[in-house]
Amino acid sequence: MTVEDQRGSLVDGDAGQDRFPVGMRVLAVDDDPICLKVLNTLLQKCQYHVTTTNQAVLALKMLRENRNKFDLVISDVNMPDMDGFKLLEHVGLEMDLPVIMLSAHSDTKLVMKGVTHGACDYLLKPVRIEELKNIWQHVLRRKKFDCKEQNKSPNEDKGGHGTGDSGQDVTSTGNAEQSKLSRKRKDQNEDEEEEDEENENENEDPSNQKKPRVVWSVELHRKFVAAVNQLGLEKAFPKKILDLMNVEGLTRENVASHLQKYRLYLKRVNVMATQQASMAAVLGVNDSSYLRMASLDGFGDIRTLAGSGRLSSSALSSSYTPGGMLGRLNSTAGLTLRGITSSGLIQPSGQNLSSSVNGLGKLQPTLLPSNQSASLFQGIPTSLELNQLQQSKFITPIGDFNPIRNSTGFTVATSFPDNRVTVASSNSLLSSVSSNPLVLQGNPQHNRGAFGNQSPLGVVSRTPDSFNIRSGGSSDFLDNNRSNESWQGAVQLSRFSSTSLPLSEPFNQDQLLSNNSNISSTSPHIGNSPISFPSTSAVSAPLEDSRGNTQCQEGFIGNVVQNMNYTSKQRWEEQKQNYNQNLNHTVSAVNFMVSANGIVSPFGRSLEQNNATCSKSFDVSLIPQLHGGALSIGQHSEVEKSDLDTKMNDNADYLLEQTKLQDGFMHNSYDSLDDIMNSMAKREHNQMMLSDGEFGFDAYSLGSCL
Amino acid sequence: MLGLGVDRLRADMNRLLALLFHQGVLDEQFLQLQQLQDESSPNFVSEVVNIYFHESEKLLKNLRGFLMEREFSDYKKMGIHLNQFMGSSSSIGAKRVRNVCVAFRAASEQNNRAGCLRALELLEHEYCYLKNKLHELFQIQQQRVLAAGVIYPMHN
Repeated sequence: MTVEDQRGSLVDGDAGQDRFPVGMRVLAVDDDPICLKVLNTLLQKCQYHVTTTNQAVLALKMLRENRNKFDLVISDVNMPDMDGFKLLEHVGLEMDLPVIMLSAHSDTKLVMKGVTHGACDYLLKPVRIEELKNIWQHVLRRKKFDCKEQNKSPNEDKGGHGTGDSGQDVTSTGNAEQSKLSRKRKDQNEDEEEEDEENENENEDPSNQKKPRVVWSVELHRKFVAAVNQLGLEKAFPKKILDLMNVEGLTRENVASHLQKYRLYLKRVNVMATQQASMAAVLGVNDSSYLRMASLDGFGDIRTLAGSGRLSSSALSSSYTPGGMLGRLNSTAGLTLRGITSSGLIQPSGQNLSSSVNGLGKLQPTLLPSNQSASLFQGIPTSLELNQLQQSKFITPIGDFNPIRNSTGFTVATSFPDNRVTVASSNSLLSSVSSNPLVLQGNPQHNRGAFGNQSPLGVVSRTPDSFNIRSGGSSDFLDNNRSNESWQGAVQLSRFSSTSLPLSEPFNQDQLLSNNSNISSTSPHIGNSPISFPSTSAVSAPLEDSRGNTQCQEGFIGNVVQNMNYTSKQRWEEQKQNYNQNLNHTVSAVNFMVSANGIVSPFGRSLEQNNATCSKSFDVSLIPQLHGGALSIGQHSEVEKSDLDTKMNDNADYLLEQTKLQDGFMHNSYDSLDDIMNSMAKREHNQMMLSDGEFGFDAYSLGSCL
Repeated sequence: MLGLGVDRLRADMNRLLALLFHQGVLDEQFLQLQQLQDESSPNFVSEVVNIYFHESEKLLKNLRGFLMEREFSDYKKMGIHLNQFMGSSSSIGAKRVRNVCVAFRAASEQNNRAGCLRALELLEHEYCYLKNKLHELFQIQQQRVLAAGVIYPMHN
């Protein structure tokens, strides 16, 4: 009888309490007679003891008469005599009973209101019997909580599953019984338990019947990737990852599903990487290593981009001064550039591959510094390494590129590398910028200096070259840059990518400029740019880090992008302003980033990291962009840069995608990796060329910048 | 003979139900209602549906009254009625009616009077169709009950 007593103490000694939740006393309030009748019958079917009334005032009166007469209240939101929320408040204050809200309207604001007013749950009409079968858990949870509070037991909510964990409860036996019951229920309804858990994890009270989706922000994804990398991809199990991440409110299920998506993304990146590599080969670029580097850098850069996103944009702008792109880039693409520079590889993006080639030579020296600066960006150690790696790699190939690029267009690209570098180190965005020739970030001087009038190109060219080399990597840069910029003007990226296609000259500054402009014009342009950088991808990228990654991959397809990158970069410069306006850009940038990230992954772990970083940065950057057009492009650029670099190759694709994604991107549905992936995929196809990844990365970083 | 009638009636009812589901007039919520009907509440479905008809007609009349007003501006009030209509329609599984309500609500939120009028007309149309079909269904139901209740004369 202890149990009964205990139960009695919990509940007003009602006989029905023995078999809790059977016999749970529910008070249902709804002015609509049909709903009330249906609810009544449904509840009775669940073996609850039901009392109904169609007047809230009457309900309150009944509750006040004898507060122990009921266990749970279900109330409609829209009632003529009293607002459902008011009733909720009263019940909560006076009787401290769990209240479930009911409504035909699923408006988020209403749900929020319910939660903030203390509702245990918010159900939508028509109510299903399955949902009603679980409502007893709210009663149990609350009771346990109260008991626990009295007993000063910890973490009561966790025990919300209804498991009588707390032995501290006076009614330990009762709890045991309850937990047994809850266990039974748990067995019967695993989902409910999980849902409950998740809800608990996410809110103190499961305010919403529908599990709130976990939004994988850049930060979160970064942690996730760090955890995965720490464990090693093969050994990365959700539980371990969850522990490593140590994030409140995150469940194993969340991590598991995210991990799955991430794995898919990596696969895609790998695919893209190989594609890019082949493209690079086609383009005559034998430096697949560049690609790798780019991708690696891209990741890192992108991440840093995120951080240094700002840098990149500024860097870009500044570095591009020669072509004016830099300036533009910097501002808009600050982010993108960053991403590009971060990868250090491609940054020169766009300006003209040729120039970038030249620049590359020049970039070398600058690159180095940028590498360092990249490290600045790095904020993310992993990305830093990558960046440096990439940058250094780039430097060498740069020499090779030079012959390829003779046009000034490269300068732009060169600037990118710097930018990228800056981008790479999101932290040091600004600082890195300086080091980066691209100087994407506001430190145009640096970049410029590094580049010199010519050097920027050199730098830029470096990147673009590198990209091109890798896979038309320069375009990637551009893309990356673009992505950075894309943040601002995701569109731009796309432009770059598109321009980069013609490796050899097409990236003339004009193109780049146009790209830039495209980018700056934020998204709308993206579509316009011929290169159609994976901006679309960029767009998608931001949406989800992971997604971005996958997308990046797609974006990278366009190694040809290299040229585009340059051009796009140039465009960036021009478009910088536009970018700001273009949220879409950001979106596309994100996409790029995403793609950039994706591309990077093929290169292996580093990519993963990059991707991770990229993705993170993407989201970061993207989000801001999406929301506010001019989203701290800086942010994005940072991300982009870092990511871009690595992704450069991929970015090209991204850029393409980004451009395309722009539209899709805008919808900021970051939380769905799938969305991003899808959009990225689409873009990729269109933008194979663009993806040199530079831009793509940017996009990514943009996203993560957010 | 009468026995066969029962089977035929059952087939008719099933065919009608299938048609309504296929048309999207009803959804699985209606099935849930049918499942709730048992010995303890043998006429549950028809009771609920009758209340629904009663309430819906009131609501529709009010809605039309609102929109017919020359100086109509109280969209909020209309929204409340609409909300209730939506809730009850979804509770019985009237999917098409509910969907029109959603569109109606959207138009009302935009203060689009013309849109609201159009939606109201559509709503009235859908409601009429639903009502007719459900009446038909209940008639068959009743006949089934009658037919099943027939006792065959037994030859002792």
